[in-house]
Amino acid sequence: MADTITEKPILEVRGLHAGYGQVKVLHGMDFVVNTGGVTALLGANGAGKTTTLRAISGMVRTTGDILYDGERINALSTEAIAAMRVGHVPDGRGTFMELTVEENLKLGGYTRRDDTAADLERICTYFPKLKQRFRQQAGTLSGGEQQMLAIGRALMIKPRLLLLDEPSFGLAPLIVREIFEIMRQIIISERTSILLVEQNASLALTIADMAYLLETGRIVMSGPADEIRRDESLRRSYLGY
Amino acid sequence: MPNIPPQFGIFLFIVAAAVLPLVFASGYQTFQLTMVVIYALSVLGKNLVTGFGGQVSLGQGAFYAVGAYTAAVLMDQWDVPYWATLPIAAITSGLVGLMLGLPALRLGGLYLALVTFALAISVPQLLKYKAFEGWTGGVQGIVVSKPDAPFNLPISSDSWIYLFSLAVGVVFFLAITNLVNSRIGRALKAIRDQPLAAEAMGVELARYKTLTFGVGAMVTGIGGALSAIAVGFVSPDSFTIALSLTLFVGMVVGGASSISGAIYGALFIQFIPNIAEEISKAIPGVVYGVILIAVMFFAPGGLAGVIANQLRRLRAARVVGTGRAPS
Amino acid sequence: MEGVLHQIVSGIATGGIYASIALALVMIFLATHHINFAQGEMAMFSTYIALTLLQLGLPYWAAFLATLVFSFVMGVILQRILLEPLANAPVLASVGAFLGLLLIFNNVAGWLFSYTLKPFPSPFGVGDPMFGGMFSRHELGSTVVTMAVLLSVWAFFRFTRLGLAMRGAAYNPVSSRLVGVPVGRMLALGWGLAAGIGAIAGMMVAPVVFLDPNMMGGVLLYAFAGALLGGITSPLGAVVGGVMMGVIENLAGAYVVGTELKLTTALVIIVLVLVVKPSGLFGKALASRV
Repeated sequence: MADTITEKPILEVRGLHAGYGQVKVLHGMDFVVNTGGVTALLGANGAGKTTTLRAISGMVRTTGDILYDGERINALSTEAIAAMRVGHVPDGRGTFMELTVEENLKLGGYTRRDDTAADLERICTYFPKLKQRFRQQAGTLSGGEQQMLAIGRALMIKPRLLLLDEPSFGLAPLIVREIFEIMRQIIISERTSILLVEQNASLALTIADMAYLLETGRIVMSGPADEIRRDESLRRSYLGY
Repeated sequence: MPNIPPQFGIFLFIVAAAVLPLVFASGYQTFQLTMVVIYALSVLGKNLVTGFGGQVSLGQGAFYAVGAYTAAVLMDQWDVPYWATLPIAAITSGLVGLMLGLPALRLGGLYLALVTFALAISVPQLLKYKAFEGWTGGVQGIVVSKPDAPFNLPISSDSWIYLFSLAVGVVFFLAITNLVNSRIGRALKAIRDQPLAAEAMGVELARYKTLTFGVGAMVTGIGGALSAIAVGFVSPDSFTIALSLTLFVGMVVGGASSISGAIYGALFIQFIPNIAEEISKAIPGVVYGVILIAVMFFAPGGLAGVIANQLRRLRAARVVGTGRAPS
Repeated sequence: MEGVLHQIVSGIATGGIYASIALALVMIFLATHHINFAQGEMAMFSTYIALTLLQLGLPYWAAFLATLVFSFVMGVILQRILLEPLANAPVLASVGAFLGLLLIFNNVAGWLFSYTLKPFPSPFGVGDPMFGGMFSRHELGSTVVTMAVLLSVWAFFRFTRLGLAMRGAAYNPVSSRLVGVPVGRMLALGWGLAAGIGAIAGMMVAPVVFLDPNMMGGVLLYAFAGALLGGITSPLGAVVGGVMMGVIENLAGAYVVGTELKLTTALVIIVLVLVVKPSGLFGKALASRV
């Protein structure tokens, strides 16, 4: 492994099963997110990527173990998990349409008792566009801006683990590039551990250091991101590019 | 064991319902049974709207009032024979239902509940209104004389009204049963359970909803007209929001999506308050409220649902136990 | 002309009461998409509690505060034990539960406190009409109280962290949980707050209409009309619509239909709004802010 991280992983998932009612989506997944690292979870539509993130955030029933910082969090409520500083950028962006940009960000810092004003300022330096629209209703933002807002909202929680659900979804290539550029900055300066879910594998592999490939609820391949990127046969057979 | 068709059971039930009270019941008891028939019809109209149409109407008492006043005014002002008031009452209450349903149904569930609730609250005031006093008798209401049995039949007026109401009730129960089991009924159920899918399949939502609402109002209105004939008196304060709530309780307790539920519900709202009222005037309301909430929590299908479950269990047990077919 | 002005001014006083109940309804609607048909009866019951406390010898404002606390707790408890479990039930179940509550409150009040009309004191005294007969003391006082309540509710939602979380929980429960907002607790708080607002409205209207278990029937109807007129999705609309209904009621009563068709006026407004503009004056499309 190319990784030099020796700390224990921030997130360790073992034998994870999850689903919606009778429909089982995840069939025993194992993976880790290293502390301070960026782990990508790749896979096609319907592979179970979003469900994996929902399972971690306690939004679906699970069996198996989800260990966050060594603690099993399967039984905790979504809000309790958020309070443990797990930021979640949900699929569909989860914008509070009726609230202003500022209020969306402030609500992101709901669990924090300390002063959030400085963080609000700092986060706005990543997203100057949000700063311009600070007092606008979030429902009036473009898709890309709402994606930025969702990331900003999750950062307000001061996440130790940040879950990102398809930040590229439904956005024009130019906007996607912009958002990934910002994410690169965030990775460098925020030092938060990230679990990134993406359909766009080539893009995800440019910022991840570890990657797992998910097919119909099972991990079928894993390895350091740069190895996968360099290994053409692997890419061809599994990732299709 | 020979298989007895269910129609035979229903036939027996009707004959028993017609004959037994004439023999055993006192005048007041017969009147109470008449009220059961009337409530059953009124609740049936509500079941059609809510249980089958999936629309929540809280103002069914208003249509009941329209029916009752139509009948009373016709008898009082123009000496229309009591039996002839029913079709006219059906038309007026059905029309009022359509008039109110049209704007609200377009908008979906809660708006209809709101409008009909508002209607139910304002009914007594409308009935008291001075401009209509010449017809409605204002606060005093209208007294109409109870009809005697025709053809010199040797039965009391109460008994005759009971038989008459029962006959009307039977006709409408059979008609609504057929309606519910028809293509229209299946469309209604589809609308209730899967509105989007139903619309995609070409069921015209708005038309069916409005139609059901109109028919429901009409059936309840006929119940109201019968009540005017049976009670011999209408007055604004008999048609407050309490009446609408009572009918709502009858529907929920009996089982909204069941035809027979209307009968259970009617028995409930006719007899439970009488029993409870012996403790305190306020008790029936409290009992209604508690039971309403309890049904929502523990038996959303109402009495009809509970009975259907028990029957199913009993049949299963019988088939397993003795091999006898259910009758 | 002076007559018209007087009607408008005193319409604003009752309008404040309608606005309060309308706001309580809209708060619950935004959070749960249910209409609390028992909102009026809850307010009526709270007012009886206030009367009982007054009869026990508590000074007015102490009884007022104690009633607020009682109502708040009552609202929270009702949400937790009764409505939380029905959150995902079909419309009929929630309507049934609300009507059950309505019946229980109405009849328990009749049972405990009797159905006779009871006078309820005004903290502002009866006194002479003020400002050349424009305002009675109670009208002025209750307008000030209801407007102060509406203003503080607005400020609470607009400026506090808790208020923001409550709005978030109402608009987008899923995202709210993801940022750590305990949505269930926020809904319960909303119920408590709505019950408290209703209690104030009850205590302000009782000196005018006298206290009896059916006191709030007409008020609730006017609040419905106000909420729809303003737009059922807009708290600001509820307040504006409520005040407008107060004025409409007075003007229609004095110059159009007389007082005998008061309730029908509200019904007509409701139907008109649904026919002409179902979203109301400030509904959905516009930015709604409280």
